[in-house]
Amino acid sequence: MKVNMSEKYDLIVIGGGVVGCMIARWLSRYEGRVLLIEKEADLCMGASAANTAIVHAGYDPRPGSLKARMNVDGNQMWDQLSGELNFPFERRGDYVVAIGEKELPALNTLMEYGRKNGVPGMKLLSRAEVIAREKNINPEVSGALWATTGGICDPFGVTIAAAENAVTNGVKVLLNTKFEDFIMEENRIIGIKTNRGDFGCRWVINSAGMYSDEVMHKAGIRPEFVIKPRKGEYFVFDRADITVDNVLFPVPSEKGKGILVTTTLHGNTIIGPNSVIFEDKEDRSTTHEGLEEIWQGARKLVPSLSQKHIIGMFAGLRPYGNGPCKSPSIDYQHDFIIEIPTEVQGFVNLGGIESPGATSAPAIAQEVVDLLKDAGEKFKEKKGWDPIRRARPRFRDMSHEEQKLLIDMDPRYGRVICRCENVTEGEIVAEIHAPIPAITYDAIKRRTWLGTGRCQGGFDMPRVVKIIADELGVSPLEVTKKGQESNFLARPTKQVEI
Amino acid sequence: MILKNLYDVVVIGSGPGGLAAAVAAKKEGAQDVLVIERDMELGGILVQCIHNGFGVEIFKEDLPGPSYAQRFIDEVSSLDVEILLDTMVLDITPQRKIYASNKRLGLVEIEARSIVLAMGCRERSRPQIRIPGTRPVGVYTAGTAQRWVNVEGYMPGNRVVILGSGDIGMIMARRLTFEGAKVERVLEVMPYLTGLTRNYVQCLLDFDIPLQLRHTVKRVLGNNCVEAVEAVQVDEKWNPVPGSGEIIPCDTLLLSVGLIPENELSRKAGIKLDPITNGPFVDDSFQTNVPGIFAAGNVVHVYDLVDWVTEAGFQAGKWAAKFAMEIRRKETYYVPLIAGDNVRYIVPQMLDKRNLEKQDIRLQMRVTQPIEQPVWVEVHDKENLIARKAERYVRPGEMVTLVLKQKHYTDIEKAVSLTIDVAPR
Repeated sequence: MKVNMSEKYDLIVIGGGVVGCMIARWLSRYEGRVLLIEKEADLCMGASAANTAIVHAGYDPRPGSLKARMNVDGNQMWDQLSGELNFPFERRGDYVVAIGEKELPALNTLMEYGRKNGVPGMKLLSRAEVIAREKNINPEVSGALWATTGGICDPFGVTIAAAENAVTNGVKVLLNTKFEDFIMEENRIIGIKTNRGDFGCRWVINSAGMYSDEVMHKAGIRPEFVIKPRKGEYFVFDRADITVDNVLFPVPSEKGKGILVTTTLHGNTIIGPNSVIFEDKEDRSTTHEGLEEIWQGARKLVPSLSQKHIIGMFAGLRPYGNGPCKSPSIDYQHDFIIEIPTEVQGFVNLGGIESPGATSAPAIAQEVVDLLKDAGEKFKEKKGWDPIRRARPRFRDMSHEEQKLLIDMDPRYGRVICRCENVTEGEIVAEIHAPIPAITYDAIKRRTWLGTGRCQGGFDMPRVVKIIADELGVSPLEVTKKGQESNFLARPTKQVEI
Repeated sequence: MILKNLYDVVVIGSGPGGLAAAVAAKKEGAQDVLVIERDMELGGILVQCIHNGFGVEIFKEDLPGPSYAQRFIDEVSSLDVEILLDTMVLDITPQRKIYASNKRLGLVEIEARSIVLAMGCRERSRPQIRIPGTRPVGVYTAGTAQRWVNVEGYMPGNRVVILGSGDIGMIMARRLTFEGAKVERVLEVMPYLTGLTRNYVQCLLDFDIPLQLRHTVKRVLGNNCVEAVEAVQVDEKWNPVPGSGEIIPCDTLLLSVGLIPENELSRKAGIKLDPITNGPFVDDSFQTNVPGIFAAGNVVHVYDLVDWVTEAGFQAGKWAAKFAMEIRRKETYYVPLIAGDNVRYIVPQMLDKRNLEKQDIRLQMRVTQPIEQPVWVEVHDKENLIARKAERYVRPGEMVTLVLKQKHYTDIEKAVSLTIDVAPR
């Protein structure tokens, strides 16, 4: 078949979630042309966006599964990664909390899983020890598993930082670019078709998350594999009112790790998620029933939570797959898939990367590079590869002395646009012109955290829309919340006869 | 304008409460009054309230918001109140130090003899009333939409549902209708109107906009932009009535579901908040629990009429000025007593010069080194000797006493500090 492909790459990554961006960053280390495509107007729009933002210790996955190995290996890579990519990460540990005597034995099971998975630094705590560490805990607590290697992160921060580092090292990122089909030559992939034209390549890496089943089916791989969206809903609390500083899991059930009470790096307590499997891969709506479920679930751990202090709510979808564990002795049907199938050439196939996908992302990226090497890909390290991604200033986190210096260098940092989170014009403009340009309101919000406080953007929104319009040289009418068809404004006023 | 390091009264916020406070503070006698406003112009939310209904109590006139504000803006400028626009206050300390920043001056530190908090309030948002559904563009608080329409000159949508029968919601229903939008419905979860009856008549009835009491939005539909909302009737316990759901196609949902006093800065200054009003506890001079920090207007509790906010601002401004002037008096009349040659300390460390007019004041001190010969204990105002006393010797173990007499008052009236030395005769 003769194809007219304007651009040729060595490797194309499909999907700009945390896994895709981490793979791109890993590949950027080597010579060769790499392209990452993302169908949405920004990176990190799927499962990577809406989750509990926890770097899991690794006691939860089934021992012997690929999930368990990726989790534990990935977890250990986070300190170096956050140092190189300059994103915030705190290894403050996590707790699995048993309420009532009945739940106590479950902690031993997790301890056993953790030991088999090779999780370091786990300890069982008595009731008194748990109460001493978390004053808000349900007084009926009977004990807890304490995992010191658990941590919290900002999933957007991680994903964007990895992508920026990749771009700085020569990877090309195309947003609003949707994979449509493969271009094959016999059983060899030679390119892909997208809504924005065809791209030639030698390798395609499927990190399409929720849509990874559809991508692999187009290549004729694993027709029996299906992704089911598993919805999780969350509440966010005002940080002035609620101070749960710890990551508190309930004992897990067959539905997953359960509804937890945790804190973000920004200091807001969040609760969730529930776990409802259904069909629509784009339905991120919250529901009355789901929110009630997480409310009841969280109150089991922290009874003093009050709905008066809720300032945010959202739902995320996890790509729940039916990938069988490769180890024949283990009957587990929901493992990660990370493989180079033999049926087609030039295809690295990932699937079912749900939780702990973000934790595993650096290990998955390394695994993909190793698989490619095994398949004969000759990686040659790029001269001048820079592993460091520099962070941009965050006005809110600075001392007054640092703030002074920053404003002296660029006066735009002196103008605060988001009053609740103290985000400045300088930060917004810097994100608009960053290596991965943030040109929608939500993209700026996820990077700077503006509009996430008590007023939920009520004050900053018109001002941010104006800044985006001015910086891009477009009309405010063209500015969107999250890309196509999400324009804030319909038309100018005074367009009708009264 | 050159920013001073120290002001008598600093007012944070230039809405009706803040402007009134600045005016009253000046009139009460405060010399240096500064208003800090985060927006580009003075007036706060009044700037976007282009409807009338303001000033009936105070001016016995029915004014639009900007005209009401203008009267105070004019007064503020004729009184030489200093203004910092487009400036955000980042921090206030209990010692009344203010950190603020803007593009022109960068980060500035200002000290205030007293402060009036007039930050107003913010609107309750969607998560606070927990409306489930998708998170598309097109769900705004009524005030945000009002800013877009009245200040920026843009329409957020063409087909609108409004949740909440608060005044801003009803006023926006009429405003959007004027601009050619179709307001499908105003929904109110309570069994009664929550805003003023005059607004119901003038904004809804006159424009045939239906109001449904005991109704709320059950969920929002549409992934990228709002496509519809589902309205539902609620029973006495606010539970949805089964079968009452109705899908209303629309592109915009406006929320007018209550206001909350804005007290981020108050918290930073250590001010105690009332959990019912969400504003500071204040006394009858509108002073908070932190001395010298006053609060006025919607930052204290949410008012129904702007006129009452202005009245509160007058009071807070007046008392803040009194407080500041009392400090000024102290600064004028208080002089520090400085331990000079061979003096380790003196008690009192400060004295109020005015008291010397009425009575003698005893100073007691200890020396640093013993001097085993006759000495003078001398009080100086710079080079001028004010008083002195002879001692045969001084030793650290034995306290030295010197009494400043009433007659010395005229000698120290102009002094800014007094130094005490102990030296051999």
